[in-house]
Amino acid sequence: MLTIDNLHARVEGKDILKGLSLSVAAGEVHAIMGPNGSGKSTLGHILAGRPGYEVTAGSVTFAGEDLLAMDTEERARAGVFLAFQYPVEIPGVSNMEFLKASVDAVREHRGEEPLDAVTFMKKAREACKVASLDQAFLKRGVNEGFSGGEKKRNELLQMLLLEPRLGILDETDSGLDIDALQVVAEGVNSLRGADRSFILVTHYQRLLNYIQPDKVHVLAGGRIVRSGDASLALHLEDKGYAWLEDEVA
Amino acid sequence: MSQEVIDERIGKEYAAGFVTDIESDTLPPGLDEDVIRFISAKKGEPEWLLEWRLEAYRGWLEMATPEWAHVHYPPIDYNAISYYSSPKSFEDKPKSLDEVDPELLEVYEKLGIPLHEQEMLAGVAVDAVFDSVSVATTFRSKLAEAGVIFCSISEAVHEYPELVKKYLGSVVPRRDNFYAALNSAVFTDGSFVYIPKGVRCPMELSTYFRINEANTGQFERTLIVADEGSHVSYLEGCTAPMRDENQLHAAVVELVALDDAEIKYSTVQNWYPGDTEGRGGIYNFVTKRGVAHTNAKISWTQVETGSAVTWKYPSCVLRGDNSVGEFYSVALTNNLQQADTGTKMIHLGRNTRSTIISKGISAGRSSNAYRGLVRMSPRAEGARNYTQCDSLLIGDACAAHTFPYIESRNPSAVVEHEATTSKVSDDQLYLCQQRGLDAEKAVSMIVNGFCKEVFRELPMEFAVEAGKLLEVSLEGSVG
Repeated sequence: MLTIDNLHARVEGKDILKGLSLSVAAGEVHAIMGPNGSGKSTLGHILAGRPGYEVTAGSVTFAGEDLLAMDTEERARAGVFLAFQYPVEIPGVSNMEFLKASVDAVREHRGEEPLDAVTFMKKAREACKVASLDQAFLKRGVNEGFSGGEKKRNELLQMLLLEPRLGILDETDSGLDIDALQVVAEGVNSLRGADRSFILVTHYQRLLNYIQPDKVHVLAGGRIVRSGDASLALHLEDKGYAWLEDEVA
Repeated sequence: MSQEVIDERIGKEYAAGFVTDIESDTLPPGLDEDVIRFISAKKGEPEWLLEWRLEAYRGWLEMATPEWAHVHYPPIDYNAISYYSSPKSFEDKPKSLDEVDPELLEVYEKLGIPLHEQEMLAGVAVDAVFDSVSVATTFRSKLAEAGVIFCSISEAVHEYPELVKKYLGSVVPRRDNFYAALNSAVFTDGSFVYIPKGVRCPMELSTYFRINEANTGQFERTLIVADEGSHVSYLEGCTAPMRDENQLHAAVVELVALDDAEIKYSTVQNWYPGDTEGRGGIYNFVTKRGVAHTNAKISWTQVETGSAVTWKYPSCVLRGDNSVGEFYSVALTNNLQQADTGTKMIHLGRNTRSTIISKGISAGRSSNAYRGLVRMSPRAEGARNYTQCDSLLIGDACAAHTFPYIESRNPSAVVEHEATTSKVSDDQLYLCQQRGLDAEKAVSMIVNGFCKEVFRELPMEFAVEAGKLLEVSLEGSVG
């Protein structure tokens, strides 16, 4: 599904990723952990194609295609979804209008007809239930006046409707109370399938209590310094990152 | 978004930019009393109107161009402008669409205003102005049943002289300002509407204007009178073909809402804005004003995306007690367009209320200014105004300005003013693109969201057109 090879990336003149390699097979869930400033979020934005984030070396192959050659919106249409750590507001544009346009753009890319309004509403209502958001949120402006937790659940709502092939969650768990965390985790679990992969960027092991990862990687100094199974996360929770940083140094 | 992307997308052509080849009976450039006599004679006007025009002209000669607006353009040579032009085939006015020059109808088709379709769709009566002469007026008979008069102002002068004489210049006096005086002297055509007492106009009244003759200034005059307890919604839409010389447009619109009457006046304006370097384009210097008598209501809604230079302040004089004035505006400037637009709410009566919602969008290297006056007279007990003035910037080479003037001479009056300035942020665009939308669609969606409060006020069919218009206008400008 996704193969990252020796990726180097720079943001605002600063080298952040320094030779990152990672392979995510279809159907797998990978967790990326690591100390602040290690490049976790940068990885997500590089994959999503954030303007201003510059790849200086390496390659990324997504479903057999050169991901780095694609525009931001092309990547999205091909099935790359990034759940933002800090979702922005778009005042006056209703969630519904935004979601419909997004879903239709992705469908058009796949050569499918736009969804009719009734079918879309039905899907949107179901997604609201899973994301534990009142249907009234569909009529509100995108993230306009949403609380932190509501914004995160709104990201989940979008992911549920867009049904991506690769879902990247950028610290979606941070700032969530335990109930909201479970909602997000259940949402992700409901989407898990043989054709869909996830990258969970997180600081905390607790998310992994609810979403069982196939692999856990530790990112430090712009590279993956350790990979393992779910037990690695427990180990990190116990010991912190210091022991790894010592190893890197 | 990067300047590069903006520059790249600036290259779009004006969709309505074409010239129709129709012979015109055009007056040579220049303005003096003989020209005014020619216009008046050509239209077979009564003596009083000729005198009225000449008086305006004499006033105009003593006036100077207003220079307080935040716009810059080379001085206009008023003697280089031709003041009369009419398509030749209309010496004898057509009685029905069948008699209309097919080429002319084609122009409207290109602009997306198929008269034939509109006729069938019902609900909209069209008084289309091609250059200075009314081309086709539909639904006259249906309106006549309700007692509604909807015709060109030239016709009204002949058929309803007492109404025209009573109200013409009653809201915008001949010497009101430089451009209004010019218009009063040389106006060639426009629309006249009269809604009788207690009548609710059975359909939206709509006029499309179009400037087609090179170097021809167009000076429409519109007069709408809503008699006591009546109600009318009037739509005005404009577009013009591409051209190199700047074209002057100085219209005057007067609204009279008598006791308990309501006038809703909506405008979608997309005249040629000039090219990406600011060459060509329309100069739009318009005076629009309405007087609201007791319990009357006047509502202006405008979506302005065109013209090289705009100078326009649709205003309400709230003369009667409990009268209401509203101004909802979206003004979009792109490339090198300049707009200085806003409103005046003059509260004279007691318990008068006004609402101003202004949305300015600046893109490219354009300049967009809101200028608004709220005046509470000493007699305006309990008057209220609420003003919300929002500016949206696209790119980093444009400008937005806000000039609110508030004069309150009554201690019981309440004036509220809110203003915001925001930018279409890179993060918003990124979010949209990450969800599969291209930059253009994203900006159009963000801008439409920004304008929602105003679009809500437009009649349904206009709201759709306005959304489309913004999209087209932004096509070249943003990324």
